[in-house]
Amino acid sequence: MEKVDITCIGCPMGCQVTVELEGKEVLSVSGNSCPIGDTYARKEVSNPERTVTSTVFVEDGEKVRVSVKTASNIPKAKINECMEAINKAVVKAPVAIGDVVIENVAGTGVNVIATRNVGAA
Amino acid sequence: MTYYDIVIVGGGPAGLAAAISARKSGIESILILERDTELGGILNQCIHNGFGLHTFKEELTGPEYAYRYIEQVLDEKIEYKLETMVMDITEDRIVTAMNKQEGMVMYQAGAVILAMGCRERPRGALNIPGFRPAGIYSAGTAQRLVNMEGYMPGREVVILGSGDIGLIMARRMTLEGAKVKVVAELMPYSGGLKRNIVQCLDDFGIPLKLSHTVVNIEGKERVEAVTIAKVENGKPVPGTEIRYTCDTLLLSVGLIPENELSKSAGVELSPITSGPVVNESLETNVPGIFACGNVLHVHDLVDYVSEEAERAGASAASFVRGDIKESSGKVIDLVATEGARYTVPTTVDVDRMPDLLTVRFRVADVFKESYVSVYYDDERIMHNKKRIMAPGEMEQIILQKKKLAEYPDLKTITIRIEKD
Ligand SMILES: Cc1cc2nc3c(=O)[nH]c(=O)nc-3n(C[C@H](O)[C@H](O)[C@H](O)COP(=O)(O)OP(=O)(O)OC[C@H]3O[C@@H](n4cnc5c(N)ncnc54)[C@H](O)[C@@H]3O)c2cc1C
Ligand code: SF4
Repeated sequence: MEKVDITCIGCPMGCQVTVELEGKEVLSVSGNSCPIGDTYARKEVSNPERTVTSTVFVEDGEKVRVSVKTASNIPKAKINECMEAINKAVVKAPVAIGDVVIENVAGTGVNVIATRNVGAA
Repeated sequence: MTYYDIVIVGGGPAGLAAAISARKSGIESILILERDTELGGILNQCIHNGFGLHTFKEELTGPEYAYRYIEQVLDEKIEYKLETMVMDITEDRIVTAMNKQEGMVMYQAGAVILAMGCRERPRGALNIPGFRPAGIYSAGTAQRLVNMEGYMPGREVVILGSGDIGLIMARRMTLEGAKVKVVAELMPYSGGLKRNIVQCLDDFGIPLKLSHTVVNIEGKERVEAVTIAKVENGKPVPGTEIRYTCDTLLLSVGLIPENELSKSAGVELSPITSGPVVNESLETNVPGIFACGNVLHVHDLVDYVSEEAERAGASAASFVRGDIKESSGKVIDLVATEGARYTVPTTVDVDRMPDLLTVRFRVADVFKESYVSVYYDDERIMHNKKRIMAPGEMEQIILQKKKLAEYPDLKTITIRIEKD
């Protein structure tokens, strides 16, 4: 049996939630003060996900960088691979909010999109 | 001198929302003055997500949130001037500004809305001993360098202060390949959101040391190492020192409202918030000068900034039109005490308040399983249990006009935090 400690982010209480696992099966969840903590902890041990935000280099733009984000959450384990792709990417101005900057980043099926407009120089 | 009905100082989220709301209230002649090269304020450098959950029911990044308002300003054809720095505001609402094209310009304003935001506390206020080598940045400056200019301030980092900007920068610099060795926090609790502690520190194994501060900085030209120690009763405890080699120290030690201009206009400031003292219409002690956003008090969520700014915009519009409601002159004082630090606003004119008035306040400490109590003079009329309240998060109560009308002799409304 394995024990994983998780801090719930549902509210400022920040309950320390303990999940007991047998392989992939959750045996128990304890330490949470409300059901939000239970749901959150189960998700965190099975399939933790995050949104990644960063910036990408812009060619011929009025600004040198454009801010970007993954269009939805990606698996936490893919964050580094996603950052590598973002750091290699270059876009040509003009760029508009929502434009796809990288397709299917790190094989996650999620696109990286621009979060601001950058006009041509 | 050019006349505008409303001149707004600052084109961040507060200034933008105030302008849109004033326009929706029917004011045509509006001018926004912004010293930066673009509208949007500090949100332009806050590229992380988590903005706008309350307002738009989705998680936006800072630039995306700002753009929702910039778009409306453009659609409404509200006038604005960029790279224009406001230098002075007088009590009779003459606004003096400077820019490259026009030099010095003066505007007579029917009403002025202060929306200058806040700035970071400088290092000088911190009293850290040692030399002043290169490599010490405020977290906000580092945020601007990394996110706007694509420049990394350093490779090995120690962060002092666990406010949200410090936490966000710990993750940002880690993702860009830096090694963040520790975040030290003077208080026994973090001022940042739990979500940021988990997703910015725990996710990357960055330790958070509570009740710790920086006691020594080494390096002559550039930072070479930083030593932190545990703090008890306000003093470093000998023998608890830990030394970290690093080339960068980021300071995230709090924000203060930017009120140099307000002072010159004769606006009274609160010693607690460092922002103007305002009434229920968000009007300062100087008639026709209003305030909203971080210049009024430092907000945790930008959604509340926008909401407050809409109120300021609508109030300024009424002032200009001269249709402010008649008042019998009865004004109730709002007082924060015993665990509650301040309220915004600080006075309420019952005749002029909306049917429901949101009063925001902050608590002075972490309170668990405690009550927010509201007293009308000596009578307790509200007693709401809260599982937790923390200094980093804004709290609010809502006053009902109908209810206040039942208390014609009421002088003071007091907010207290009570154990039971
Ligand atoms: C460095 C920093 C980082 C932040 N990061 C976060 C974050 O990650 N998440 C979050 O929720 N909140 C963050 N905040 C808080 C955030 O600032 C507010 O939620 C929101 O941006 C406040 O809006 P505002 O319009 O009041 O102020 P601002 O966004 O600061 O806008 C004020 C504007 O006024 C302009 N101005 C000031 N003085 C003058 C003058 N004399 N003449 C002309 N223009 C002037 C400024 O250039 C600026 O554009 C941060 C604040 C700072 C200081
Ligand atoms: S479990 Fe419930 S009370 Fe505890 S932190 Fe999560 S949301 Fe808050």
